[in-house]
Amino acid sequence: MLSQQDMLEAERHGKQVRSIYVYEAPVRLWHWVNALAMVVLAVTGYLIGLPPASVPGEAAEHFLLGYIRFAHFTAGYVFAIGLLARVYWALVGNHHARQIFMLPITNKAWWSEVLFELRWYLFLEKHPKKYVGHNPMAQLMMFFFFTVLAFGMVITGFALYSEGAGLGTWSDRLFGWVLPALGGSMQTHSWHRLGMWIMMSFVLVHVYAAIREDIMSRQSLISTMVSGWRMFKD
Amino acid sequence: MTETFYDVLRRQGITRRSFLKFCSLTATSLGLGSAAAPRIAHALETKPRTPVLWLHGLECTCCSESFIRSAHPLTKDVVLSMLSLDYDDTLMAAAGHQAEAILEEVKKKYKGQYIVAVEGNPPLNEDGMFCIQGGRPFVEKLKETCADAKAIISWGSCASYGCVQAAKPNPTRATPVHKVITGKPIINVPGCPPIAEVMTGVVTYMLTFDRIPELDRQGRPKMFYGQRIHDKCYRRGHFDAGQFAEAWDDEGARKGYCLYKMGCKGPTTYNACSSMRWNGGVSWPVQSGHGCIGCSEDGFWDKGSFYDRVTQIKQFGVESNADQIGGTVAAVTGAAIAAHAAVTALARARNKNATNGE
Ligand code: HEM
Ligand code: HEM
Ligand code: SF4
Ligand code: SF4
Repeated sequence: MLSQQDMLEAERHGKQVRSIYVYEAPVRLWHWVNALAMVVLAVTGYLIGLPPASVPGEAAEHFLLGYIRFAHFTAGYVFAIGLLARVYWALVGNHHARQIFMLPITNKAWWSEVLFELRWYLFLEKHPKKYVGHNPMAQLMMFFFFTVLAFGMVITGFALYSEGAGLGTWSDRLFGWVLPALGGSMQTHSWHRLGMWIMMSFVLVHVYAAIREDIMSRQSLISTMVSGWRMFKD
Repeated sequence: MTETFYDVLRRQGITRRSFLKFCSLTATSLGLGSAAAPRIAHALETKPRTPVLWLHGLECTCCSESFIRSAHPLTKDVVLSMLSLDYDDTLMAAAGHQAEAILEEVKKKYKGQYIVAVEGNPPLNEDGMFCIQGGRPFVEKLKETCADAKAIISWGSCASYGCVQAAKPNPTRATPVHKVITGKPIINVPGCPPIAEVMTGVVTYMLTFDRIPELDRQGRPKMFYGQRIHDKCYRRGHFDAGQFAEAWDDEGARKGYCLYKMGCKGPTTYNACSSMRWNGGVSWPVQSGHGCIGCSEDGFWDKGSFYDRVTQIKQFGVESNADQIGGTVAAVTGAAIAAHAAVTALARARNKNATNGE
């Protein structure tokens, strides 16, 4: 019933107060660090599969792909550790911090909110609603195209990492089983790469929706991810 | 009692000095260090030779061809001295009923002590009728022979994974040995074919230490399949630097740049080619200018082109790679967003006008 409560709360607050604290500092910090890590991961990952044109001169004078891979692995660690920290915060933070990890799928009212948001995005509803946390549609998208996929990227990522790290290293012991399970090293690369494209598609939609809602809806969005406070405009 | 390896060598006029030299060489090639040499010597002096039955299923005999070219240790020594190769349809002189009788004999006499080496695999469709030996399906012969074996060696990608005869659509349902035989230690030695010294190395290890080598998750000996081609490739410096051949005849190819962009599968292939090389260490595929095709990987025939790096994913039914699928998804998403933004702007403008008009 959370989302329904949220909505009522939002409507009520919207009339009484102008703002409410939603995203705690760790969530906000994580959001921006994670976004940065992902941009680095996508760019370097793309170049790992399709490297730039050859550099001239002696091999000993360059380390281009070495640096690209180094940046990828470093950002990969930041991404993975950030995700773990975010899981921890879901356990100890406020209830908005749990939204991207758990869908209230047994809640009928939540589903009708998802439907409402779908109609809003399809221009079938004239007036948007207010939400304290994520809107239900965003929550659904984030769960599948961010949370689930993020774990998939970490698992395949560290499986690939274990190939270079070697047999018996922690990444091999924890994730080495993934390689044969996905049909081999090559397949793991392909799925990891496909995951990159799907994540980037999510980011496109996500950033668009954030900017659009910021303008169109009756509440603040982007500044909420910066300050933590949801402002209501009417 | 069967003679020991040492007995046979001495009978052939080989001195004790050369024998010890052989032991240290073998210890080195197995990566065991000098301390293992006396142990190898002791084992070879005291242990009776292990009988080996070498079976051939659906295969092309490239594994045998590779095996008989081993330089260290010399195949002649291995075949004739270290092990007692009692049955091998392609190498032995006996034929017909006489040959098949040996199988029965070894099975009885050395119950639980002999090793079965399998080259090729059994096809299971039509009750195994696609591979008939001595008038009956190979799969039956394989099961019977393996029943009393101590261990089984799966030679090559055929026995380990299925190889070309198991490539899609696999009409005969060629099946790797470990999916047919269960409850026995099975050592997978993939490659099409495996490197000769890897093959004899595995056998030497098993004979001297009386146990199977340490295996990885896919049942491959760690000492030869623990690293990728790419991890030990001499062109790796060019990879890290970012220097690639982009065509078979370009400047990069002439300078010996990394073959990654030409589809080299070294980064996704576990084998010893880049460290042990081929034909007694003369050369190996990358050294001769062609990328690795991943011949020792499971299902390498079905993993897209040998000449692309970002290669096809067959699971989708259509032949397209991650960039084609993912790029399309991203482009469609981008277009949808643009359209959505345009409609939003229009609707907003109309709304404003409507409000202003009120
Ligand atoms: C949002 C998350 C991520 C994205 C978008 C991403 C993207 C990519 C892409 C596109 C590739 C190239 C695949 C290919 O064509 O072969 C790649 C390779 C790789 N990624 Fe990631 N990745 C992510 C997370 C991770 C993580 C968490 C790790 C763990 C350290 C990781 C480790 C690797 C490794 C080891 C490779 C192979 C490098 C090589 O073959 O030299 N990735 N990644
Ligand atoms: C790689 C880039 C990005 C990724 C992976 C990403 C991912 C996410 C995730 C997972 C959340 C949920 C946060 C939580 O509940 O813990 C979120 C929320 C949010 N993000 Fe991003 N984000 C990215 C970039 C951006 C950018 C560039 C903006 C600004 C234009 C943005 C604006 C927002 C906003 C406003 C929210 C809160 C939405 C709401 O209140 O319902 N994000 N993002
Ligand atoms: S030639 Fe192949 S194995 Fe060697 S460094 Fe390049 S990609 Fe790796
Ligand atoms: S380099 Fe690759 S394709 Fe060539 S033999 Fe070795 S594993 Fe097989």
